[in-house]
Amino acid sequence: MEQLAWLPVHEDLGAALSAARRIADPAERLARAMHLSGFRRDFTATGRIERLAEAGLAAPPAELGLVPLRLAILASHTVDHLVPGIRVAGLHRGLAISVHVAPYGNYRQALLGEDPALAEFAPQLVLLALDAQDSPIALPLGASEADVEQAVAARVAELRHLWRRARERFNAQVVQQLLVATTPPLFGSYEAMVPAAPRTVLERLNAALRHAAREDGVLLLDLAAQMAGQGPADGLADPVRWHQAKQLVSPVMAPLHGDLIARIAGAVLGRARKCLVLDLDNTLWGGVIGDDGIEGIKLGQGNPTGEAFLAVQRYAAQLGQRGIILAVCSKNDMAVAEAVFENHPEMALRRGDIAAFVANWSDKAGNLRQIAKQLNIGLDALVFLDDNPAERDIVRRELPGVAVPELPEDVALYPAWLGAAGYFETVGFTADDAARGRSYALNAARQAALEQTTDLESYLRSLEMVLTARRIGPAELPRATQLINKTNQFNLTTRRYTEAEVQALADDPASLALALRLTDRFGDNGLISVILARPDASLRPGEWLIDTWLMSCRVLGRQVEAATMQVLTTLAAQQGIHALIGEYRPTARNGMVADHYSRLGFKPMAPLPDRPEGTLVWRYETRGATPFVHPIALDLT
Amino acid sequence: MTEDEIYAALTQVFRDVFDDDDITLSPATTADDIAGWDSQAHVNLVVAAETRFGIRFRTAELESLHNVGDFVQLIATKRKGA
Repeated sequence: MEQLAWLPVHEDLGAALSAARRIADPAERLARAMHLSGFRRDFTATGRIERLAEAGLAAPPAELGLVPLRLAILASHTVDHLVPGIRVAGLHRGLAISVHVAPYGNYRQALLGEDPALAEFAPQLVLLALDAQDSPIALPLGASEADVEQAVAARVAELRHLWRRARERFNAQVVQQLLVATTPPLFGSYEAMVPAAPRTVLERLNAALRHAAREDGVLLLDLAAQMAGQGPADGLADPVRWHQAKQLVSPVMAPLHGDLIARIAGAVLGRARKCLVLDLDNTLWGGVIGDDGIEGIKLGQGNPTGEAFLAVQRYAAQLGQRGIILAVCSKNDMAVAEAVFENHPEMALRRGDIAAFVANWSDKAGNLRQIAKQLNIGLDALVFLDDNPAERDIVRRELPGVAVPELPEDVALYPAWLGAAGYFETVGFTADDAARGRSYALNAARQAALEQTTDLESYLRSLEMVLTARRIGPAELPRATQLINKTNQFNLTTRRYTEAEVQALADDPASLALALRLTDRFGDNGLISVILARPDASLRPGEWLIDTWLMSCRVLGRQVEAATMQVLTTLAAQQGIHALIGEYRPTARNGMVADHYSRLGFKPMAPLPDRPEGTLVWRYETRGATPFVHPIALDLT
Repeated sequence: MTEDEIYAALTQVFRDVFDDDDITLSPATTADDIAGWDSQAHVNLVVAAETRFGIRFRTAELESLHNVGDFVQLIATKRKGA
């Protein structure tokens, strides 16, 4: 597969770049660079896009919606040539990534000693890009398994110390690059039988790093696995580039390399996609259901084409199992399309797996808008998979926020292309993720119950909801951090925090870090809301700033806010807090909560110092407050 | 590919790598003549030329690329051999 194969090809990228260079206004050049970053590009075009963006990035206009992110790369090989690829892939995701490259090979000094330049840069993300040549574990080939284990453990302990330093000093999320084999095997297939063979040691080290990273909340960058089969085979660990310039990654692979890092950065900032929208005819099965009928479409075992379509469905179903919402958008009659999911024996996807099912003869852009609305997610959370190049093109023009991967002619390659595009990169996987697809499907059942009831109050009571509030501990930390970083709509302040920062607040006895879970008679909605409340320099003793209040849009309209307020005032009173100060910081996405605090009975007050323009502040006295009315039972144990 | 064609194609490679549509090349053009032709840009040039002409430079050959004339001669030789 060509690298970035899922991005559409520009008809003349070189000419477009030359034309864009002549634009006088830096902000307009930046906007053009963002647009061009979404096309398939080699490393020279990627470098040109970065230069196009550069001046505008000094002061990006707010309407471009770029989110800043500071990435420090501490490397034991040359990485400067990879910076444009990272920044341009960031632009493609709406991120303005600034990159600090520590002096070559000085990663220990940068973290263990004082590095004023790094400290001033204050990285949010620290990438430790190490390679097999750096601090190699040099053991005689006859060394025992125990010797190897010991040497590996020592090296991992050293790296864990560096990870800890990065967290303590910068509150940064650490990303550890796994080691890439740069020398050929010594023993061939027998290699793994020899404990001290270089490749065996390397694999053990990588296995130990994976394990330690999981324990320490560190993310991994697995270049060998992610680049395999994409771009030229010598793009990674090319000995010529190594001897010439100590490059582990060839400039040729800079676009894909940058994309891999920007994906992780995007996931850390909650910019990953959430929903896979599927076309039906010739995407999930071969043929056109309206013409060919349920017996005529190609799907399932016994026929190569049918098996290839089944593999697409299975991959989509697996994505559903890891928490990606599945939806259908197809030009078909609803009844005919749904009947395939209900009645075709070979379908791997079932009607219950699809959270939003839209089949009609209207245009797909409009239908995708409807799907986003129905699921309460942004258009920029959608990935649309469609075999038809014309439909793909129209959706890209009409809805630039929706990711629409290019697809190869052969459906057998669809899963690989979709997987390679990395739309669903994540920083964690929790039990809630595994249950999410089910949860969205249950929302359909709730919707049906609502349609049978005459009034909202009795419907909400009939749900038998229980809101469970827990102080954030190890069990809640990953999912709570994930919500903090990906919730855009019901989010009063859109402050983003790393796990380390949330942990620090949860450990502070003067503050409150709450995770809320909602269950009802249809099932568990999972962890749906996070509240962070703390003293603030701008407030008086006995007052808490509600630093963060966010909620999953899955539970909108269920009066969870009032129940949450009851929880919050109860816990605040227990800690001697008599006033809650709520802030609303407007973004392009959170208009739905502009009236949140006034609806809950907060009173407007004067702005706090050092807040972004447009921030509204509200105050709530917990003493003498009237009780909150809501149909939800509370569990505060 | 004639030498003129190689010059034309290599000029485009230089213009792309340095993002400068005004670059013109002569055999005597060296790093001193082009702003930004540092060691990192040199690797980029080598790799972009390899991609454009479908060739690979050997490690030893990389040391002999001092000016544009060297580039063109080596590309011509390699393409003839291919």
